[in-house]
Amino acid sequence: MSALVLGATSRVAHALAHTLAAHGHDVCVAARDLDEAERVAADVRVRSGRKCVALRFDAVDFDGHGVFLDAVEQAVGPVEFAALAFGEMGEQAESERDAQAARAVIDVNYTGAVSISERLAERFIAQGRGTLVGISSVAGDRGRQSNYIYGSAKGAFTLYLQGLRNRLFAHQVHVLTVKLGFVDTRMTWGLETGLPIAAPEAAAEAIVAAAERRENVLYYPRFWRGIMGIIGAIPEIAFKRLKL
Amino acid sequence: MNRWVDREMSGWGRHPKVRAQVARPERRAEVTAALADRQGTPMLAYGLGRSYGDAALLEGGRIVLTRRLDRMLDFDPETGWLTVEAGVSLEEIIRTFVPRGFFPPVVPGTQFVTVGGALACDIHGKNHHVDGTFADHVRQVELLTGAGGLVTCDAEHEPELFWATVGGMGLTGLVLSMQLRLVRIDNPYIEMESVRVENLDHFFEVSAESGDFTHTVSWIDCVTTGSAMGRGIFMRGRYAPAGTQGHLSLLQRVGRLAPGLLDFRVDGPNWLLNGASIRAFNETYFRKQPKGVTRTTVHYEPFFFPLDNVRQWNRLYGERGFLQYQFVVPPDPEHRAVRAVLAEITRSGLGSFLAVIKEFGERRHGGLSFPAPGVTLALDFGHVGAPLLQLLDRLDAVVLEAGGRVYLGKDARLPREVFRQMYPDWAAWKATRDQWDPGDVFQSALGHRLGLCGGAP
Repeated sequence: MSALVLGATSRVAHALAHTLAAHGHDVCVAARDLDEAERVAADVRVRSGRKCVALRFDAVDFDGHGVFLDAVEQAVGPVEFAALAFGEMGEQAESERDAQAARAVIDVNYTGAVSISERLAERFIAQGRGTLVGISSVAGDRGRQSNYIYGSAKGAFTLYLQGLRNRLFAHQVHVLTVKLGFVDTRMTWGLETGLPIAAPEAAAEAIVAAAERRENVLYYPRFWRGIMGIIGAIPEIAFKRLKL
Repeated sequence: MNRWVDREMSGWGRHPKVRAQVARPERRAEVTAALADRQGTPMLAYGLGRSYGDAALLEGGRIVLTRRLDRMLDFDPETGWLTVEAGVSLEEIIRTFVPRGFFPPVVPGTQFVTVGGALACDIHGKNHHVDGTFADHVRQVELLTGAGGLVTCDAEHEPELFWATVGGMGLTGLVLSMQLRLVRIDNPYIEMESVRVENLDHFFEVSAESGDFTHTVSWIDCVTTGSAMGRGIFMRGRYAPAGTQGHLSLLQRVGRLAPGLLDFRVDGPNWLLNGASIRAFNETYFRKQPKGVTRTTVHYEPFFFPLDNVRQWNRLYGERGFLQYQFVVPPDPEHRAVRAVLAEITRSGLGSFLAVIKEFGERRHGGLSFPAPGVTLALDFGHVGAPLLQLLDRLDAVVLEAGGRVYLGKDARLPREVFRQMYPDWAAWKATRDQWDPGDVFQSALGHRLGLCGGAP
């Protein structure tokens, strides 16, 4: 059966499409920028020799999500693996100032993710199988002043995926929540950090492997589970004084 | 749209080092946007950083890393034409296409170069005498020019721009994509013969009788003088026919099992490669090779890319970095220039650890492209400062006198006046370049040094 990668122009999504093709899936990659999605699809086709089709997908076009999935099925057949790899960081300061900017961040990362996930869930339930991978963020584990608008949307998405996993378990449909730490992408380019930054290709391999093992929550790189454990354990009375 | 980050940048020789604002676009629109958000500062593309000197550097400028523009866009197995973005490396092409029976038409001594860099340096390989340079197998080059326009050029369309871009060191614009024609191979092995050559005359004899081989190259000992001057090992090969069995070399097996063992992420001490260790290496390497001809079947990796299993071998030279000097001189029955160069090196006491010699074929391109009929010698030297620079100035004089030239892809110090005599086409090249980049957008440290951009006289 086929795989669907949403937000295909991010580096992790691009790597995911390659990994899924290498695991024997035909792949549909979708993004708002169709030209770029086409280039990603071409790359997957040329390198893997497998079928890969690009479609336009807009996370905030809620009403279009059902039609979009029909188009996916028409292009590559029934989907059994879907990865939600789209996201929008926004600018924290701008989101504080401008309610529309804050809403755009929330709509892409949360509302849009919920909308497409529900449509996918319907289809997975109907076919009695499926894997949904939601790429959330460690930023959703605890609110910090530097990115809490984005973080709260991701945190809500994490919570949503928990509930969805609970609901779909009875239907033999698996939900994997992925919380990425530092991966070498557009988002972390130029970041000065003492922590190792993972390659997107390694992240993609880890995600697909975790989904196949039916893990529920994957932190990647894995040591981020420990880091977030420590960050989560700091009492609020101290945490609110930190500059993070 | 692009995030510009202040970084220290250097080439493979790790000298010089400059600071620049660096972006790493992942989408085509971000590359176009870089032209706008560079805020009037000159810019330059940087691929995998395998040019040795200052070709991909631009002090205080905007450097665009092309490594993430690495999509393969189309492949036609009937003809071998592969469409790739500029940041795709030859290593990726080889990894993808060797199992399907294809290989890049021309490869340099490392597979860790981008196709954009390969075109900008107009690289050559061991098969120059048969297949010419990289540019001879390329068409439909999509170039983002300084004026902001996207131009598709090749030998047929906008040929002037194409031939200025070939070997043009990135100064005509930023390559976005190109078509490269892969060649068919039957398996990943090379039928190789190694011939121990006892001196320089013997090298030219063996070279002359090796016309049947598509690939030739020699390691040359440039420490030993007297009657054995120019001794070395001549390697010649061709793609092995179907059904050939081969094996991986020891270095390859170690490299695959434990990549960390052969990774020099930390600088070696500056003294590590000195006169004594270089002499010892050269002696051992030569003695290891039995007299006469040895026939083997080898994997393509040790044949084409002997050093690729040792990641970051450039750091063996230590923090001081190193300079590479490669030149070509026209054919000369007495080989006076090569002899004079070897004599100068011996006299200086500055040994070259790795020296490689090869005879080029007849094909040459104009502009700033390096390969030309004759013999080419590539040398590298730990950067010991003034004595080395003086030696290289003396070598320039020998090369110039013989009507030869130095390879810009490896250069970090050639004086402008010498360059202009070695590349008499430079003025015509610059006229074409200026026509396509009237705003002087694309610049480089090399271009400034050689008077090719930045309002140079």
